[in-house]
Amino acid sequence: MAGDVRFAPGSLTRRAALGALGVGSLALAGRSVQAQAAKPSELKVGIATYLSGPASVFGVPGRQAAEMLFDEINAEGGIAGVKVRPIFVDEGPGVDHFVGEYRRLVQSENVNIIFSAISSADCLACTPLADELKRPTLLWDCGTQRIFEDARYQYAVRTQGNATPEVLAALLYVLRAKPDFRSIAVVNQDYAWGRDSWAIWKTAMDTLKPGVRVAAEFFPRFGATDFSTEVTRLLALRPDVILTTSWGGDLDAFIRQSAERRLFERSTFVMPLAESSLERVGKTLPAGVIVGGRGDHWFGHPSPKDPALLARFTENYRKRFSTWPIYPTHHMAQAVFAMKAGYEKAIKAKGGGWPTDAELAAAFQGLEFPSLTGTIKIREDGQGLEDQLIGTTVHTDKYPFPVLTDMVVFKAADITTPVGQKSLDWLKTLSPDMPGKMPAPVPYRG
Amino acid sequence: MPGWIADNALLIGLAVLDGLSYAAAVFMVAVGLNLIFGVLRVLNIAHGSLYAIGGYSAAALGLFVVSRGLPGWLVFPTLLAASVLVGLVLGPPIERLLRRTEKEEPVLQLLVTFALFMILEDLQKLLFGVQPVVFDAPLKMLGTVDIPFGQDVIPFTAYQLFVLPGIALVTLAGLAWFLRRTLYGRMIVAVTTDREAARAMGIDAAKVTLLTFTAGAALAALGGALASPTASLVPGVGAQTIVLSFAVVATAGLGQIEGAAVTSLLIGLGRSFAVYFEPELEVVVPYLIMVAVLLVRPQGLFGVPETRRI
Repeated sequence: MAGDVRFAPGSLTRRAALGALGVGSLALAGRSVQAQAAKPSELKVGIATYLSGPASVFGVPGRQAAEMLFDEINAEGGIAGVKVRPIFVDEGPGVDHFVGEYRRLVQSENVNIIFSAISSADCLACTPLADELKRPTLLWDCGTQRIFEDARYQYAVRTQGNATPEVLAALLYVLRAKPDFRSIAVVNQDYAWGRDSWAIWKTAMDTLKPGVRVAAEFFPRFGATDFSTEVTRLLALRPDVILTTSWGGDLDAFIRQSAERRLFERSTFVMPLAESSLERVGKTLPAGVIVGGRGDHWFGHPSPKDPALLARFTENYRKRFSTWPIYPTHHMAQAVFAMKAGYEKAIKAKGGGWPTDAELAAAFQGLEFPSLTGTIKIREDGQGLEDQLIGTTVHTDKYPFPVLTDMVVFKAADITTPVGQKSLDWLKTLSPDMPGKMPAPVPYRG
Repeated sequence: MPGWIADNALLIGLAVLDGLSYAAAVFMVAVGLNLIFGVLRVLNIAHGSLYAIGGYSAAALGLFVVSRGLPGWLVFPTLLAASVLVGLVLGPPIERLLRRTEKEEPVLQLLVTFALFMILEDLQKLLFGVQPVVFDAPLKMLGTVDIPFGQDVIPFTAYQLFVLPGIALVTLAGLAWFLRRTLYGRMIVAVTTDREAARAMGIDAAKVTLLTFTAGAALAALGGALASPTASLVPGVGAQTIVLSFAVVATAGLGQIEGAAVTSLLIGLGRSFAVYFEPELEVVVPYLIMVAVLLVRPQGLFGVPETRRI
């Protein structure tokens, strides 16, 4: 036994010690895997949302929806008997801070799953992290189409659509509603979403209706409060269509300033995100404006799959928060429903056992789950297929804000970039007869 | 060039109207910051919060007036009342806190004002929530004015054309008169120019500082109050404002009221012309103007070079 380290009589040799260490490590590793696979006492869900800054107009409704739905799940006994607990983190301080928060959620809080995020930059930053840290992550609201077009991820999927179908649906609607428009101006916020959404619109428009003159391209700074100069210029230019994918306070201010100066009388407005502003701006927003809500999210959806579910959610949300649900609340609901469906699928696949992180992540691929208005399917590339609802505003006596009429629900599969293709390339291949094939508009029925 | 001007004369006219209105809004915020810097030598980041809280308070007071069915014209005095209230309530305690850091490194003072900004931002969310707030009754009450544009007309709001520039002019003239023609005003100028010499001559510098800071805070709040009828007030609106105000103060020359007015005008017109003729430059124009001025006059347009004791 030369070379063996002798301990006190009866103790181990070095080889035995190393062997024991190896077996111990394996046992520890095994226990670690077992611990992940063991049914936890509670299911911790890390949720990234904006709790500060301008985007908190979306982030706070998202948090409220999560709180309400988690309470409902817990009241029904949790997921497979495990209560759920949200841990919210604020996206407000920026991407670098968020990356630290994401790591903290995984490594310190040891959350079981993460919902991330509103900001596309945060989603782009966290998807590689999801794979690195092997923690299932649901992208619940961010819009950039690039995430699953540029890379594949094992642990991250998106439970909603992306910018391409959201913008393309609005364009198709305009091409049908106002086929003879010859000029357009754009007023988008000066950051990634504003620029990317215009690139998507412009590429698709040049394919489906070549020759439309771009009268003006305005990109006021994000968070701008004064659009009077842009409004004056637009009044003088008189474009047939004015597109704005702005949101939040920027959009509210633009709507009010445009309405006050009668710009709505001169041009047809297209606002793919204005569903989230309707209650706030009220009837300042006139009839005849084309409006979307980043999906088929609208409490007056013309044909929800489960009308009782939509009505119950809307009513409960209104009772609890004294306001109407807007699209981020729907997106949050989709993430919650996807989480529940994912766990149920993974548990079933394991014959009733609690899934590991890898098993849970695998369950999300190809998952179909209910949304408040229909069904979402997660494709093999991780991208969710979400229908898009576009309508035109109309004033009624029933609500103190405009509602939607002439609603068109676009099927997700028809307007989402196919797997393996890049949006800007795919948009160039669209068929000019595409607008003619869109579903018939459904009028408002009260 | 003359040909281009002739071709675009109508557009240039519109751009000037827009630029004047924007300049007035910028001036109302920057002038308070400039005053405060002149006396305290502190770049007060919390000035942005005072702007935001002024806007929110004006909107809240205005909504109260409307909800109570009080006479419509009362919404205009509420803009002023809210500003004075914010100045009086928040100005003195902030000034007191900043005075305690008077002898500290400038960077520490800056950090203190940043901390205050964060606290006030949270306070604002606590009081007013995170959803955009708008109070546009003053705007609607005054209606629009149609400006001829060839065969066409361009509607402008009377608020934008007359109220904003009017109040900015009255503020500029009033401040210039106050600083040059009144005892307190001259005391402020004295403290701004040389604090030690002013003290040696018996001026109560602490009192002057308190007065100036409170007035500066009220002016920031007035800027927010005047913006509230057109802008949507959201979390973060203060941060957006303070960056532009810093550009104005740096370009004007620290502590220079007329400088702030001229710079605001340059920035307002520059931005407006950019929107009309080169929209991609809109966001950077204020900073291009700042860089251009500081390259030629590092002390700012109206600033005086300072001798530094070694």
